[in-house]
Amino acid sequence: MSEETLLSMENINVHFNTRRGVVKAVRDLSLYINKGETLALVGESGCGKSVTAHTINQLIPMPPGVIESGSVIFQGRDLLQCTQREVQDLRGTQISMIFQEPMTSLNPVFKIGDQLADVFMAHQDMKKKEALAKAVELLKLVKIPSPEKRAYDYPHQLSGGMRQRVMIAMALASPDSGLMIADEPTTALDVTIQAQILDLLNDLKDKVNMSLLLITHDMGVVAEMADRVVVMYAGRKVEEGTVYQIFDNPSHPYTLGLLNSLPSNDKYKNSTRLEAIPGNVPDLLSLGEGCPFANRCNWSSDVCNKSFPGKTELAEGHSIWCHNATKVIAEGTKTNG
Amino acid sequence: MIQYILKRLTMLLPTLFGVVTLVFFMIALAPGDPARVMLGERASKEKLEKLRADLGLDKPLAQQYTLYLKRVVHLDFGKSIKSGQPVMNEVKERFPATVELAICAMIFASVLGIWIGVISATKKNTWIDYTSMVGALVGVSMPVFWLALVMIMIFSVHLNLFPTGGRINIRYYFSPESNFYLIDTFKYLFQGHPEYFLSALHHLILPSIALGTIPLAIIARTTRSSMLEVLKQDYMKTVRSAGIKEKRVIYRYALRNALLPVITVIGLQFGLLLAGAILTETIFAWPGIGKWIYQAIEARDYPAVQGGIIIISTTFVLINLVVDLLYSVINPKIRLQ
Repeated sequence: MSEETLLSMENINVHFNTRRGVVKAVRDLSLYINKGETLALVGESGCGKSVTAHTINQLIPMPPGVIESGSVIFQGRDLLQCTQREVQDLRGTQISMIFQEPMTSLNPVFKIGDQLADVFMAHQDMKKKEALAKAVELLKLVKIPSPEKRAYDYPHQLSGGMRQRVMIAMALASPDSGLMIADEPTTALDVTIQAQILDLLNDLKDKVNMSLLLITHDMGVVAEMADRVVVMYAGRKVEEGTVYQIFDNPSHPYTLGLLNSLPSNDKYKNSTRLEAIPGNVPDLLSLGEGCPFANRCNWSSDVCNKSFPGKTELAEGHSIWCHNATKVIAEGTKTNG
Repeated sequence: MIQYILKRLTMLLPTLFGVVTLVFFMIALAPGDPARVMLGERASKEKLEKLRADLGLDKPLAQQYTLYLKRVVHLDFGKSIKSGQPVMNEVKERFPATVELAICAMIFASVLGIWIGVISATKKNTWIDYTSMVGALVGVSMPVFWLALVMIMIFSVHLNLFPTGGRINIRYYFSPESNFYLIDTFKYLFQGHPEYFLSALHHLILPSIALGTIPLAIIARTTRSSMLEVLKQDYMKTVRSAGIKEKRVIYRYALRNALLPVITVIGLQFGLLLAGAILTETIFAWPGIGKWIYQAIEARDYPAVQGGIIIISTTFVLINLVVDLLYSVINPKIRLQ
């Protein structure tokens, strides 16, 4: 962690009390984001990525959600100790968010210009007309063609890609964008539009000097966008490193499995079948104290089911949480080609 | 938009034709002889025959029907058998009283019902929610005549706060023009006689509450479930993450979406009140159309019953049209289709 840290989360535990029992969605998670940096939070569906994001801007529905413990330090303030009102003021000014589903993330009964203008008016002393002009400006910034006209459109008149641009514009409405959380921003879009949206995000990040927390399960997106990567599995952080460390030297069995199953992997040049990680994601209701990946791991031993491993630092900034780290590193890189 | 309205208006014609036809044959097939009712049990055969001929009742049914259709097109519903007055004149006098009462009841029911629905949805599963929903259940189940009598007993007889019935204090004589007393007395407000208007308003309060209680309960329940549905939508997360104040999130962004089914219910309930206010009108001595039709049915006053039902049905159909138009105002998707 450097002096430039914008956000740091320490030992976050988030539970959901459901009828079937307590779902431990996020466990002992710590991460940090430096100013101007893009951190990718990677993992499969249900591993706690979105819950982590929602812990930051406190959009976890409570009940049933409970933030059991931990701290979220944003620019020196612990957000978990802030009042609802203080957090509300941060949302949309310092912490903004774009969501996975552009098709349903805009309110269907308001013009998009009005929706954007409302964000301005919520945080700045601004007249409606002025706010609308600002909204048009933003639509131009996110490269929406003829923004003056589009501002008077309703969401259903726009395509998915356009709607995601509007969402991004909304997230940019704040004057001093600190952190933008992008929760799978391209998952619902087709591939060509994905590329455009990612380019746009990269472009804007430099323009307005913001940090980006990118939540995704797409390793291709990670490679293109991220500076650093945190890999999550079943609510736990299992590996953390720079994007080069993760791709060149993946060291946790789960990360290895993820990268092995990418179609772009060199070893699939002459093969038609993709290699999958055996087994299924564990039920978050019945997680024990051990490593949640143990039952799917080629290297698991008795100790793996008993306790969650401590941190093993491989290089500066590159760590994994694995009992059999040395063994995996020795053998894993071999299988990874 | 104008095209849409015109289209809807043309679609009204077959509906109204159906109503007129149905009403005519239902009454014609009903047992009972109006001539006998008018002249009494001991009238001579000649007298009866003559009256039947005068009323056109001796002609074949098909001929009666075509004659009736011709007159209805000219808004001529014939003369009341009982009073000898043109049906249209009596309706003009009675119907505004019912409409005025129904509008006041619906304003009471809608404003309070929507508010209660929103509060219980936002405070879901708290004592506020439980209390208001149990209250709504009681409201729906309460017989109107019982509620009306209890209200008269408490507020009129014991506390002497409200009149027990009538439309205006009988000391205030004036000649009504539209027969909407609130409109007719409005001008006296500025001529130094505010007591006319205030008295009319005062007389409306208890009957409006009695008549509005059931719609109030239905509207509250519909609003609650509709709000709960909307609050789960992705776009609610978007406005929250943009830092818009919670009140605005609820009353602007959520409510506008949630109102769609509520407006349908309001329209239907309003239509029902127009026809179904007989009990309330009887108890509060309200000279409305419900009571008038009831008396006309008892007297076998065919023209009056037919005319009354046709006018109520037409109003009902028109209210439905207004609801559909309101729909398109709120939901831009309908407007563009």
